[in-house]
Amino acid sequence: MLGRLRQMLIKEFLHVIRDKRARFLLFGPPIIQTLVFGYAATLEIKHVPIAIVDYDNSQASRDLVSRFQASRYFEVRRIADRREIADLIDRDQVNMALQVNSGFARDLGKGETAHLQVIVDASNSNTALVGLGYVNQVAQGFARDFRTAALQRQAPALAASLPEIVVERRPWYNPDLSSQWFFVPGVIGNLVLVIVVTLTAFAVVREREIGTLEQIMVTPIRRTEFILGKTIPFFLIGLLDTALISLAGTLWFHVPLTGSFLVLAAGTVCFILCMLGVGLFISTVSATQQQAMVTSFFFIMPAVIFSGFGSPISSMPVFLQRLTYLNPLRYQEVVLRSVYLKGVGFEVLWPQMAAMALIAAVMLTVSVLRFRKSLE
Amino acid sequence: MNGAAPAVVVRDLVKRFGDFVAVNNISLEARPGEIFGFLGPNGAGKSTTIRMLCGLLRPTSGQALVAGLDVAREPERVRQNIGYMSQKFSLYNDLKVIENLRFFAGMYSVPAAELKERIDWAIDMAGLAGREQLLTGTLAAGWKQRLALGCAVLHRPPIVFLDEPTSGVDPISRRLFWELIHRMADDGVTVFVTTHYMDEAEYCNRLVLIDRGRIVASGSPLELKEKSMAGDLLLVECDQVGKALEELQGAPGVTDAAIFGNALHLVVGSADQAIPQVQEFLAARGIAVTRIEKIRPTLEDVFVSLTSLNRNEGNRDEGDKRDKGDKTVGTVTGREKGQP
Repeated sequence: MLGRLRQMLIKEFLHVIRDKRARFLLFGPPIIQTLVFGYAATLEIKHVPIAIVDYDNSQASRDLVSRFQASRYFEVRRIADRREIADLIDRDQVNMALQVNSGFARDLGKGETAHLQVIVDASNSNTALVGLGYVNQVAQGFARDFRTAALQRQAPALAASLPEIVVERRPWYNPDLSSQWFFVPGVIGNLVLVIVVTLTAFAVVREREIGTLEQIMVTPIRRTEFILGKTIPFFLIGLLDTALISLAGTLWFHVPLTGSFLVLAAGTVCFILCMLGVGLFISTVSATQQQAMVTSFFFIMPAVIFSGFGSPISSMPVFLQRLTYLNPLRYQEVVLRSVYLKGVGFEVLWPQMAAMALIAAVMLTVSVLRFRKSLE
Repeated sequence: MNGAAPAVVVRDLVKRFGDFVAVNNISLEARPGEIFGFLGPNGAGKSTTIRMLCGLLRPTSGQALVAGLDVAREPERVRQNIGYMSQKFSLYNDLKVIENLRFFAGMYSVPAAELKERIDWAIDMAGLAGREQLLTGTLAAGWKQRLALGCAVLHRPPIVFLDEPTSGVDPISRRLFWELIHRMADDGVTVFVTTHYMDEAEYCNRLVLIDRGRIVASGSPLELKEKSMAGDLLLVECDQVGKALEELQGAPGVTDAAIFGNALHLVVGSADQAIPQVQEFLAARGIAVTRIEKIRPTLEDVFVSLTSLNRNEGNRDEGDKRDKGDKTVGTVTGREKGQP
């Protein structure tokens, strides 16, 4: 009976509109996460605070220091005494320290190896690694220019004939290497996951908890009608959220939607179906809303971490890499970023869609069967 | 509803939860238009039985026919013929009165032509005229409960199951509610109601007393009062009631003793013989009797004498004790086991 389904849908939407928590879930996370990932979260490491102590105070050392000052990767703080370094690093005022010892210019002039000491706060191993790379880059640049200048002074003809390799960078799909372009499409997947899973799980568990589930089950409603009534609203909400965040990404953050909207929609539909399956499943294993909350959390955390949303799957241990094939978000992240930035279509993304469709079919079947049983 | 055919027929119904037998071989019949009371202490199996009759629980064995339909085989057709109200208030607090009514009317497929009339009827019955747009959660308990009844009978079911419908509402609301029940019964609706309020049991046409999953007695309230007591009932007023109760349990000639209010009720073989005996017995133990006489048993006496309440091992929970106040004898607490 369409009448019963219609009444179920009206009721579910009224619940969402009237429930403070559901209303927040609908708009809070999308706004917060889009802003966070649009503005704050970035993989780039810029403005590394570095302390520099120059005991040489020669022209060469001043030249080197000014290169650090000119770099956008560093925020230089000159200090006079190396004993300050430990304190500055402990207080997080700098992450790195560069010490130029006296004799630096003398060694260079004699054609000997000159040493620079770099101290790095490696408690964040990633920043440390990247920072060391930057220091290396600046120092190598300095060394190369120094050698070329020396060569030019002594043998101009030879200097002119030396071959050089220049790397021409052509970053495809994201020419400015912008983190925003990486994160904003990706965050759509996260948000839909959180919203659809929690809303679906809560919608059922709440009724079980307050006793209305029993009241509905003595009416002639069919199990299918009930399940549809409990999933269609959140399917639509998932689609709506995707559309809203996409719109914000394009209009506000200027992330170009290069590919087809249709491909994006197809991937999203497959993905939301997976999430409905997960939500229903959680509702069958939770008796109270609190349990549903905890169970959702146990799903959401690993699902996001093992999706390639932030850290690349290829850097994970092989065993975990294999596990990620079970994670629907993994596929949806590929679909979102590929459609957004690369502009590819079904011809490339069909394996992702097929995988999600398969997971959705399995999850929904298992959940619906379990769910029907839990209603008996 | 075709005349004499029973509205509810239960044959050898059994429900087990693991090792626990919640309902043990119950058989009964309710006739159309009858108010059928289901009486028993918590944990006796009342709710479990009703839930089986509504198709919410699958019986372990036995058969239940509701409106002539086998509940196990045609649960969906049965549901169109019944209304059900559970102990828990189960409407949507976050929906308005009118939205709850529309929702349940939709669930029962109330025809569009009747919709307005049925909803108006339910609002009128619940006394909620002018309050249709209020959120249900803001209503007082009595109103909520009448609204719940309204929602449960929007589709004019010939049979209504009410599981402790009046728990937690004030006495005036309870009386109003019972007036509604009587009106429905007058219209030919079979009302199957569980309760542990004795005054409510008096309103029923027929009662079944159930204890630990078994039927221990059945009949009209009058029949139960006259037949179910083995012997006569004495009222004893005295000082040191507690001590008197202790002494009288197991005293010669006394079958049973229980506290009722600030007096004692004793079940004895014959009142004429027992009165002097008891007086003497208590006097010998320094207890002064101010009044002793033969009384007509109330349903409460029947209830106490037939169920586990008079043994200190009954399944009773806090809510039940509060409901009955000082009339309660058994004190052992326990959860109602019939609830999964």
